[in-house]
Amino acid sequence: MRTHAEITSLPDAVADLVRDGDVVALEGFTHLIPVAAGQEIIRQRKRDLTLVRMTPDIVYDQLIGAGCARKLIFSWGGNPGVGSLHRFRAAVQAGELEIEEHSHAGMANRYAAAASGLPFAVLRGYNGTSLPDHTDTIKPITCPFTGERLTAVPALDLDVGIIHAQRADRQGNVQLWGQTGVQKETVLGARRSIVTVEEIVDELDEKPYSVVLPRWVVTRVCEVPGGARPSYAQDYYDRDNDAYKAWDATSRDEAEFAKWLEAL
Amino acid sequence: MMSVEAARQLRDVTACFVGIGLPSTGANLARRTVNPDLVLVYEAGAIGAKPPRLPLSIGDGMLGETADYIASVPEIFNYWVQPGRIEVGFLGAAQLDRYANINTTVVGDYAHPKVRLPGAGGAPEIAASCGEVVVIVRQSPRAFVERVDFITSVGHGDGPGARERLGLRGKGPTKVITDLGILEPHPESRELVLTHLHPGVDVEQARAATGWDLKIADDLQTTEPPTEEELKALRELLAA
Repeated sequence: MRTHAEITSLPDAVADLVRDGDVVALEGFTHLIPVAAGQEIIRQRKRDLTLVRMTPDIVYDQLIGAGCARKLIFSWGGNPGVGSLHRFRAAVQAGELEIEEHSHAGMANRYAAAASGLPFAVLRGYNGTSLPDHTDTIKPITCPFTGERLTAVPALDLDVGIIHAQRADRQGNVQLWGQTGVQKETVLGARRSIVTVEEIVDELDEKPYSVVLPRWVVTRVCEVPGGARPSYAQDYYDRDNDAYKAWDATSRDEAEFAKWLEAL
Repeated sequence: MMSVEAARQLRDVTACFVGIGLPSTGANLARRTVNPDLVLVYEAGAIGAKPPRLPLSIGDGMLGETADYIASVPEIFNYWVQPGRIEVGFLGAAQLDRYANINTTVVGDYAHPKVRLPGAGGAPEIAASCGEVVVIVRQSPRAFVERVDFITSVGHGDGPGARERLGLRGKGPTKVITDLGILEPHPESRELVLTHLHPGVDVEQARAATGWDLKIADDLQTTEPPTEEELKALRELLAA
């Protein structure tokens, strides 16, 4: 039995854990986005991935544009605070990318069900919207106690969950704080996990609202300072808003995007 | 005018759910004018955020740093939105119909969209479960359509009794604030009626910017122009 997370380089972790055709989630709700890990997946030319993320933003635009994704499971796809994701938009409008679309509440519950080891989650949502007409992972269910009509969504079936955190200790215990989104569920709900961290320290100390993922639930820890740029890592660096704005032009033009990909 | 009017809606509200853009400007303006104690809830997890400037995104670091509490995202939706703990939710729209149903998903056919929009995000459950919803959207024939191409978030469905039939617990959209005025659902038909025009706007402009035959309230009113105080607070907020 594994007793602690292995600490390796990011290229090794991606090469060993991410396989073509896998269902992979890279999470971080505008904060602590695992951008470096996503770009490593692009460099290693992984293919036919089913990419999962509540808020596919710049790094998913890059993964989609680079041809890594067969399918996207998501709830909001945009460049936050800026506008559209042009590679994502072009792929969907051209019918080149299969999509499975939910609301945030639906996705959050699918992660929670995966982390809970349950086959599905139940929520009061989706009634009256057009989403169930187009997404077959949204089904009505009747409460056995009250008869209320609710909605069931299946647990996400994640091969690999990838997040970025502020730090880990040398045994691979991971600590993250600030707005931590669905990162805990992403690691607990996946068969294999990669956590990139700003730094590896001798000892973790207390931080308000911090989430600690103990070493025995994490597969790999990789020290990647700046691994969430251009998003932010609370107490390490701020969001680079100019990079988000600049991405709009790169992503809009196919030739510009090809140049970007070449340089990666 | 839209953000000033949005802020005014929050005078007696305890907690409001905020998105980025005009809703965020309105809610933050309310904290600086009519309601300093207003609890701002952002979907990335911040409850009771007190941002000193307008956040860049819904997960902006200062929201977490100034919050009373930071919840996980599953908790935000399951414990805070779903039980109806939040009185007002602010939503935007790419398309809106006469029953205030909202589309932020696709323009055109779903499988072969003319325009692929970002999608649902937190909006469907906000529309379903917040005490009431205030929609903030610029009025134009492209946005104010006879039928939305996709119902992302339910307003008043197909009219009277629709929300009850669907089991939606919140009141749904009670106001639509636009750059031209304010629309409110008729108490019986649930169809949006123009109840207010902003100063200097006339009925013909509002009709021309609406893709259906817009009904006008008998007692159509003019919104109060922004006060000096409101304008000063807004300028300070935008410059911060």
